[in-house]
Amino acid sequence: MVDPVPLLIMGSGPAGLAAAQEAVRAGVGALLLDEQPTGGGQIYRALGEATGERQKTLGTDYAAGAPLLTVLSAQCLDHQPGATVWEVSPDGTVYYTRQGQARAVSAEQVILCSGAMERPMPFPGWTLPGVMTCGAAQILLKGAGVFPASGAVLAGSGPLLLLLAKQLIGARARLAAVVDTTPADNYRGALKYLPGALRTPGYLLKGLSMIRTLSASGVPWYRGASGLEAIGDDAVAGLRFKVRGRQHEVACSNLFLHQGVVPNVQLSRSLGLEHHWDGLQRCWRPILDGWGASALERIAVAGDAGGIMGARAAEAHGRLAALGALNRIGVLSETERDRRAAGARAVYRREILPRPFLDRLYRPHPDYLQPADDTIVCRCEEVTAGQIRKYVELGCLGPNQTKAFGRSGMGPCQGRVCGLTVSEIIAQARGVPLEQVGYYRIRPPIKPVTLGELATLEQPEDA
Amino acid sequence: MASGSNFHRLPEPEYKRLTMTFDGRTIEARSGDSVAAALIAAGVTVTRTTPVSGVSRGPYCMMGVCFECLMEIDGVQNVQGCMVQVREGMSVRSMAGARTVSDARTPGDG
Amino acid sequence: MPETEFAVVGGGLVGMAVAYGLQRRGHQVTVFDEGDIAYRASRGNFGLVWVQGKGAGMPDYARWTRLSAALWPEFADELKRKTDVDVELTQPGGLDLCLTESELADQVARLEGLRDALDGNYPFQVLDPGRLRGMVPEAGPAVSGATYFPEDGHANPLFLLRALLGAFRAEGGRIENGGTVSAITPTRGAFRIETERPWEAAQVVLSAGLGNAKLGPMVGLNAPVKPNRGQVLICERVQPFLNYPTVQIRQIGTGSVQIGDSKEDVGFDDTTAPRVVAAIARRATRLFPLLENVRVVRAWGALRIMSPDGHPIYDRSTEHPGAHLVTCHSGVTLAAAHALVLAAWIGGGEPEIPYLETFSGKRFQLSSAA
Ligand SMILES: Cc1cc2nc3c(=O)[nH]c(=O)nc-3n(C[C@H](O)[C@H](O)[C@H](O)COP(=O)(O)OP(=O)(O)OC[C@H]3O[C@@H](n4cnc5c(N)ncnc54)[C@H](O)[C@@H]3O)c2cc1C
Ligand SMILES: Cc1cc2nc3c(=O)[nH]c(=O)nc-3n(C[C@H](O)[C@H](O)[C@H](O)COP(=O)(O)OP(=O)(O)OC[C@H]3O[C@@H](n4cnc5c(N)ncnc54)[C@H](O)[C@@H]3O)c2cc1C
Ligand code: FES
Repeated sequence: MVDPVPLLIMGSGPAGLAAAQEAVRAGVGALLLDEQPTGGGQIYRALGEATGERQKTLGTDYAAGAPLLTVLSAQCLDHQPGATVWEVSPDGTVYYTRQGQARAVSAEQVILCSGAMERPMPFPGWTLPGVMTCGAAQILLKGAGVFPASGAVLAGSGPLLLLLAKQLIGARARLAAVVDTTPADNYRGALKYLPGALRTPGYLLKGLSMIRTLSASGVPWYRGASGLEAIGDDAVAGLRFKVRGRQHEVACSNLFLHQGVVPNVQLSRSLGLEHHWDGLQRCWRPILDGWGASALERIAVAGDAGGIMGARAAEAHGRLAALGALNRIGVLSETERDRRAAGARAVYRREILPRPFLDRLYRPHPDYLQPADDTIVCRCEEVTAGQIRKYVELGCLGPNQTKAFGRSGMGPCQGRVCGLTVSEIIAQARGVPLEQVGYYRIRPPIKPVTLGELATLEQPEDA
Repeated sequence: MASGSNFHRLPEPEYKRLTMTFDGRTIEARSGDSVAAALIAAGVTVTRTTPVSGVSRGPYCMMGVCFECLMEIDGVQNVQGCMVQVREGMSVRSMAGARTVSDARTPGDG
Repeated sequence: MPETEFAVVGGGLVGMAVAYGLQRRGHQVTVFDEGDIAYRASRGNFGLVWVQGKGAGMPDYARWTRLSAALWPEFADELKRKTDVDVELTQPGGLDLCLTESELADQVARLEGLRDALDGNYPFQVLDPGRLRGMVPEAGPAVSGATYFPEDGHANPLFLLRALLGAFRAEGGRIENGGTVSAITPTRGAFRIETERPWEAAQVVLSAGLGNAKLGPMVGLNAPVKPNRGQVLICERVQPFLNYPTVQIRQIGTGSVQIGDSKEDVGFDDTTAPRVVAAIARRATRLFPLLENVRVVRAWGALRIMSPDGHPIYDRSTEHPGAHLVTCHSGVTLAAAHALVLAAWIGGGEPEIPYLETFSGKRFQLSSAA
């Protein structure tokens, strides 16, 4: 087993990289683990290797991550890419697999910066090959410079959808259509949050610029769409939808979906941390203090994994979490911690101001929170929304019972993709608030690990 | 090979060309590509059939979340193709339903 | 007027089997169960319908287990007919695999003891490595032998729970879940069930698993059950390779491979422990080296409900007639007997089998007084 480390940071997105910077600055040798082959997380994925062409296509927000990435070459940072973390124990032991070998390392403090994932958007046909997420399209672009030059439809709602449209248009892709599902009354509902958002106007200005690019491009842009259905036999061939009662059908060879991102809570859940339901963001977030610290002494959570906040706020949050952890291991005094934190705290406060407006504006369309009976919600085990509703009728009160009855959430993705939908369906079927329904009980390993790896694992206590 | 694909590459001559095979067919990739990205760039949409109903599936999230991209890579079954980078000469196969209990791992299997 | 004839407290495999059995005989039953997350062995077990080795020290338990295994096929058919749920029962006989000679010798001695206690009617077989590999070619070189019992089998315990619930509902049974029964008070020949709102029942069946320890004494019954943790690993789906269930590993209907199970005395802690998980994985890969590259997709810990001697407790209160208690640590195996035989006894019928009194909880009072 590897020697104990003072600080282990999991995730090398903005939150993890900023946390690593604070550790380096304090002279603490941190271990940084990430399952990706390169640092940067989702927003700055593969930035270190990106050509000028790629940076130009992806825009200034992408290139802006460069200063953060410099920490990866710091002497006292042990950066291990390609390391998949599959278990974190409450005592600070972290289990991961790298190059086919499972390892365990104990840390005095662990900061989980596992980021966000896209909210599932289930509707008939969403499991067809060729249907992917907008994030996936971005990953193709960032990681491989690959983009759909023709025949792609983007559907759903949210900033990432517009950003992708802008990036693809910039790459001279000929989009077949953008199908926006943002419900019309979301605009009214979001209005009351507008004044707050205007205090950090950068996001709104960027949004307007994306909208201008899309309008000027001549790409067919349908707004207020509902009733989505992907069609095709062995792969997606088109998208059907309604706009103001009128049926439309657009042929496509690829369909990219998006309806916001949600925290990746797999690890915080598996640790048994308490989570609360964020009604505005419609997702769960672990309960943390102002330093990202959890109820477990050795475990903190930073960035989007603790609640959707966006890249800049995630960076500031990563700093705060690192400073808190450095204080807890006795490297920084409280005064020094607070002094170093002042700047980050101000950035964090400023950057989260627009969130309520964005969250309300892009609240998912009810069609995709409550899919029709014949829609598959658990992609792995092919369980439909109707089956979940039947189990509720039988007497199931929550997702762990419907899981036992029908296997939803038992496949290799371990419930990541169906978890939120299943809870939403149960809540509505029972007529109770989602908080009362709860979430899957997540157990380690949170990523599949071979029996051979488990069998050869050296336990920390064996050392 | 990429002629059947509606995916294009940015003009980036900097990246090294690599070759791999998918179900025996030669695929051109570039250094830094994930296996799933290289396949998509080459116009491959279906990468497995499910063990539940046998329907076709392809990569969905590209970030390790959904497990739709399970493939056999150099003889190891059910590997997430979006999480593995292409190496020269790699042999990749689609998965048909459930895996077999032992991996093939035949050296040089193509 | 009581609102229900029978209140069954606890809706796990044991409670649902009894509730279904009562309801199908024309009684009117309401099941009280907790919410989505609870200590629930029925959701975390290994799914064996197992006879081999059960009943050492209590031959009636061996008889009872074999009766249930024999009733299982007709029981599974009945559930399928009523609910369309296939509980995936197969009974090809089962194996207990051994990694050392002494392990095998101990096991053979145990089974011989049972055979003697059952007057020679106990058809187990000892398999040397050669014969074992004839039946299970995938067994590794480290396996020193196995015992085989032809009546063993397995089922899908989760589908069983769903089928029991479905069949119970189809027969007109009622479910009240989401709350905890905090007290049961005998009142004028009936029972007051304290939960979200008080209920009145003519009779009560305590089948609350670990909860029985607390609830039993409220109606004059003794169930000194304690938790014992077992951890189970679930692997990805694999094409069929294992034709027999074994105590250590089985392949379920979907193709997933289940590996278990540890026995740990850790109180009310149903989390998983990496050290134990690693030990289970080591043993599994020695038994079946081919499994080395197969991935674990889930692991869980669940609490067994253990009585002091490991055998079931079936009891009725003499102090408060109408109160019954049922618990066991083989709720899958015994489901058929619980629904088809035990329920009749609880319902007031003549006992079809003579030895049910053997399982009374009084056996623990006597031994602790002694
Ligand atoms: C697909 C996608 C694309 C996005 N693109 C943009 C964009 O272009 N612009 C924008 O403003 N915002 C974008 N966002 C939102 C953006 O991700 C966040 O605002 C920001 O990246 C959050 O930073 P973070 O450090 O909290 O997490 P992330 O940047 O998401 O970093 C999390 C890191 O943790 C690692 N990780 C997770 N689980 C494990 C594990 N078990 N073992 C090892 N490592 C693990 C991941 O590999 C990842 O590198 C995107 C989100 C997604 C999901
Ligand atoms: C790891 C493991 C492996 C096993 N393998 C096998 C096997 O292979 N074969 C086999 O036959 N058996 C096996 N078992 C045993 C089997 O699972 C149990 O015998 C069976 O599930 C017990 O069922 P039960 O209904 O008594 O208990 P439980 O399933 O624990 O159910 C008790 C129910 O009572 C409810 N409850 C408790 N207190 C209250 C209260 N105060 N008010 C209301 N409701 C209450 C709970 O919510 C719960 O739903 C195994 C057990 C474990 C843990
Ligand atoms: S495409 Fe989702 S895990 Fe690879």
